Amino acid sequence: MSNVLELVNVRKSFDNELVLNDLSLTVKEHTATVLIGASGSGKSTLLRCINLLETIDDGQIFLDGQEISDPLISVDEVRRRLGMVFQSFNLFPHKTVLENITLSPIKVHGIAPDQARDQAMVLLKRFDLADKADQYPDRLSGGQQQRVAIIRSLAVNPRVLLLDEITSALDPVLVNEVLSIVRDLKHDGMTMVLATHEMGFATQVADEVCFLESGMILERGSAEQVLKNPQNAKTKDFLKRVHEAGRL
Amino acid sequence: MLNGPDQQAWSPSSRELERRNARRQISRKQITIAGISSVLVLGALYTLIITSPGWQVVKDTFFDLDYGREVLPTVLRGLVVNIQLSFIGGFFIAVIALSLALIRTTKSAALTPFRFLATAYVDIFRGAPLLLIILLVGFGVPALRVAGLTSNVIVLGTVAVVLTYSAYVAEVIRSGIMSIHPSQRAAARSLGLTSGQTMRFVVLPQAIKRVIPPLLNDFVSLLKDTGLVSILGVTDAVRAAQINASRTFNYTPYVVSAILFLLITIPLTRYIDRVIRRSSAKQNSEGAI
Ligand SMILES: Nc1ncnc2c1ncn2[C@@H]1O[C@H](COP(=O)(O)OP(=O)(O)OP(=O)(O)O)[C@@H](O)[C@H]1O
Ligand SMILES: [Mg+2]
Repeated sequence: MSNVLELVNVRKSFDNELVLNDLSLTVKEHTATVLIGASGSGKSTLLRCINLLETIDDGQIFLDGQEISDPLISVDEVRRRLGMVFQSFNLFPHKTVLENITLSPIKVHGIAPDQARDQAMVLLKRFDLADKADQYPDRLSGGQQQRVAIIRSLAVNPRVLLLDEITSALDPVLVNEVLSIVRDLKHDGMTMVLATHEMGFATQVADEVCFLESGMILERGSAEQVLKNPQNAKTKDFLKRVHEAGRL
Repeated sequence: MLNGPDQQAWSPSSRELERRNARRQISRKQITIAGISSVLVLGALYTLIITSPGWQVVKDTFFDLDYGREVLPTVLRGLVVNIQLSFIGGFFIAVIALSLALIRTTKSAALTPFRFLATAYVDIFRGAPLLLIILLVGFGVPALRVAGLTSNVIVLGTVAVVLTYSAYVAEVIRSGIMSIHPSQRAAARSLGLTSGQTMRFVVLPQAIKRVIPPLLNDFVSLLKDTGLVSILGVTDAVRAAQINASRTFNYTPYVVSAILFLLITIPLTRYIDRVIRRSSAKQNSEGAI
């Protein structure tokens, strides 16, 4: 299996606050990498750096062997190969579900509108949202909105899907319908990096779990190793707190 | 959905019927009070004006019905000029203001000097009184005696109004653009849209929708402010009234002109209020989700 993503000694700070501290990470094709860690540990920042929404201070990021942290590279071209889903969905409120999904295929990837719509409908049908195609996002439940957001980033066939706490803005009852899409994608072999607080879900999909603390990966390994049998004291402490909050 | 079997079988309880009855009585009482107080206040006002010592003079010089009827066609022709000016000017204002707003919100390095110029432009024309700009353009440009530059007062007056209003409207549009949450931009960029595409397909449509109510208000102001170009000698409604009034020393034409403006602006502002109420109701419902 080839390395799709490779982060080497990535460093990022905001106003003197070091958020990513010489962080290295390798993501192999068809695997799911799960980032766990306390609030403020740098999970979102890491994903935003991969997507070039933030500029890193040092280190290198490679996508399919190409250095995307090179300032001379076309940012737009790199983002065409990455999909990102946000905690707050970020659907475009002035566009229907179908228009949200087909915007990038049509305008960025130059796919004919009819074809883009057909492809979008295939995805919507697959995830039971076909009847919502012509609705505006504000008429959808949170779970439906997030599923549409996932489909929107899938519609351009990304090499890697970056998912940033996609269920933490949702009611507990809606979480599962969103997570089941991710399970399906994992089954399809989609390469994913996801930040989550859902440890049970992490156990199900993760090929590798990384525990982040103050911008460093303190512990990494299979879900079995990191979540069930953590070695690092900080990991143990974090999992204990999560456990107490009733999320394991 | 609401017409289930339970819904059809329901009939209001006696307690509910009592409540409705009470509510009806309260509202009847309030209507009576409103009616009496209106009659009293308006009646007092009317008597005060009618019995004032100068009323007869005021009535003859400001509210001369026959004379009003006589000048109505002239003033109306003038008003057509105001309306034309507003629409033609409105078009150019929209184009220039949008360009200014886009230049001021872009981060493109190549546009840096334009960004500086746009900021200076907005500062100057938003800060100076419109009347001064009209005088400066209307009398200054012909004084330059540059061949090819027009000395047509209608054109110069419109240019002055467009210069000033472009600055106002640019700021309204810019505030709309800045009110769109950065996460919308992040979502668009992460889908691979360029910054230009993000502006065009994601940010601007939402921003414009948000600023339509204030823009409609600006249009009403524009319509009124076109009356200021009369100072250059443009025969608009104000100027037409002025010509007649100074000929006869009867000010009824001014009143006619004012009434004509109000006949347009009042329905327009009522309509705008409705638009604003509808859009804020929609935004509130969005917020509730
Ligand atoms: N744009 C920014 N400007 C300044 N500081 C920032 C910015 N973005 C993030 N930070 C800071 O970086 C740190 C890491 O934030 P980040 O959002 O990556 O954490 P996280 O692990 O995703 O947390 P959470 O679980 O709450 O989402 C925080 O201390 C945050 O305040
Ligand atoms: Mg986060």
